[in-house]
This record gives sequence, structure tokens and C-alpha cells, in this order.
Amino acid sequence: MSTSSTVVLILAVFGASTVEMVEALTIVVAAGVSRGWRSSLEGAATAVVVLAILVSAIGVPLIHYVPIATLRVVVGALLLVLGLSWLRKAILRASGHKALHDEDAIFATTSAELATDSSSPSSATRRDAVGFAVAFKGVFLEGMEVVLIVVSLGASQRRLGIAAGAAGAAALVVAVIGALVAKQLSQVPENTIKIAVGIMLTSFGLFWVGEGAGAHWPGSDAAIIGFVGMFFLVTMGSIAWLRTLGAPVRRPQSHIAVQEGVDE
Amino acid sequence: VKLLARAARAFGLFWWDFLVGDTPELLVAVIAIVALALLLRHHHDIDIILLPVVTFLFLLASAFRGRRRDGTEPEE
Repeated sequence: MSTSSTVVLILAVFGASTVEMVEALTIVVAAGVSRGWRSSLEGAATAVVVLAILVSAIGVPLIHYVPIATLRVVVGALLLVLGLSWLRKAILRASGHKALHDEDAIFATTSAELATDSSSPSSATRRDAVGFAVAFKGVFLEGMEVVLIVVSLGASQRRLGIAAGAAGAAALVVAVIGALVAKQLSQVPENTIKIAVGIMLTSFGLFWVGEGAGAHWPGSDAAIIGFVGMFFLVTMGSIAWLRTLGAPVRRPQSHIAVQEGVDE
Repeated sequence: VKLLARAARAFGLFWWDFLVGDTPELLVAVIAIVALALLLRHHHDIDIILLPVVTFLFLLASAFRGRRRDGTEPEE
């Protein structure tokens, strides 16, 4: 495996984890402010531990027991589903056809829901089941896609440790930044990161599907870089094209509630 | 048993949402791309051109469909 594809792998996992962890952190901060920090931080930490166990439990057997060609086709297909989905939403958002993700609105909605909860919020030092559950669920659901990406990319390239490390580094960076800026998560250029990650996931997916099926890509692993460039051009062209078609006026997406599932 | 059933349901819902969700056309597209890759595995000059082109076209079609749907229907 070449250095260039390892770099793209790290960037893809790091970017995807950053996007998902920003969304998770919004929920954790809202739970911390509304219900007390101790329980929300414990909930978030528990979810991270469960996710790490999932990566080990799924990823390691995949590497050791599944034939590499089969693994690459399946993993490539999963990455294509995920990558194309991210790219499609990012294109629609960038061209004005879909509302941008608004972390401030999500924070306000989550805080309001938790504040009106019938059970009494606890102080910062006492345990609170609601705060724990909300933080756990937020981190776990957002982290599931990260697990899929880490396992897929890590297993197909036999780089599970590097992929898990990149995801962990992203979680740490987002947590540190979150601790510093707290409620200003809306400043993160989420859609731009999502475009970049969508391009990388789709490029990896296409590469692995072809490679697993027996295609001989020109330049071998370097073809991934070529795909990244081509998908970048197609994405920019799509955004420009859809902008010329006129966009409906949309309000920012503000209805994502705590009870919703994964919203990438 | 209830806990297991709930966990199985949540697991199924997660995968349904992940694979199908509000963009079933992308699942169809990926199945088509995988099928094409397997069909063309002995045609090495064609697959390296066709696979990326087909992927680009599916992305464009899905984005265009999303734009039409978003203009006429509530938020996904």
C-alpha cells in the first residue's frame, strides 16, 4: 500500500470523524449545560468505549478471516453508498437546494427539550440518567458511521490501527476545540468538510470495488488520487450546474431532535 | 428477550437507514456499479473507463433528483 493512499485514508477518516464528532459534541454540550456535566461526560465516554470495542470486535475478524478480494468489493460498495450519500447532500446544500446543518439551532432545540424534561435536572456533581442517556445516544449514533468508515477503510487496506488512530485523533481535536469554544460549533465549515470527505470515501469505494472485482487501475494505488481529482471536478461542476437551475429559499435545518437517529 | 428484540430492531433500522434511507436510488446505483465491475472483470481497458463514468452519472442523477424533490416536498 503506497504512502499516498495511506495519507488519503487518514484524511478521509479524520475528516469524517470530525464532522460526526462536531454533531455529537453539540448534543453532549447541550446535555452538559442542561443536565449537568458529570453525567453527560460519562455518557459520552461510555459511548466512545463501546464504539472502540465494536471496531475491535468487527474489524479484527474481518481482516483475518474474510478473503481480501471479497472484503474489498463489499467494503467498496459500503463506502460508495456512504460517500455518494454524503456527496449528494453536500452538493444540494452547497447549491442552495437543501438547508445547511445549523449546530446553533440543534443546540437550542436539544437544550430546550432537556430543560422541559419532567425529571429534575441534577447539579454538576450528581449523576443524572437523562443527561447520561442523551450524551451516550448522541455520541453512539453519530459514532456508528465513524465505526463503519474505520472498519471499512482499515480492513480493506489492512490499516485498522491507523484508521482507528485517525478517528481517535479527530475525536480528541473536536473535544479540545469544543471545550475551548463550547457553543460556537456552528463556526465549523461542516459542509466543506463533508464535500472533501464525501469525495474521498467515494474515491476509495470506487477503487476497492474495481480492485476487488479484478480491475487494474492505471498507476495502482495512485488511481485514488486521480479519482479524488475527478470527483472534485464533478462535484464543483454539479454545484455550479444546480445553482443555475435556481434554488428554493430554505430556512436552516433546525428540527433535528435528540430522539432522531443518525443524521449525517 | 425484549431487550434483544429492541436491539435487533435498532440494528435493522440503522442498516435500513444507512443503505436505503431517503436515497434508495444510491443503493440501486451501487448494486449496478458492483455488477458492472464483476461483469467487466476480464475487460481491463473498458472497466477503468466505464466504472468512474457510471459513478459520476449516478451522482449527477441523484443530485438532480434531490433538487427536484426538495423543491416540491418537505425536508427529507
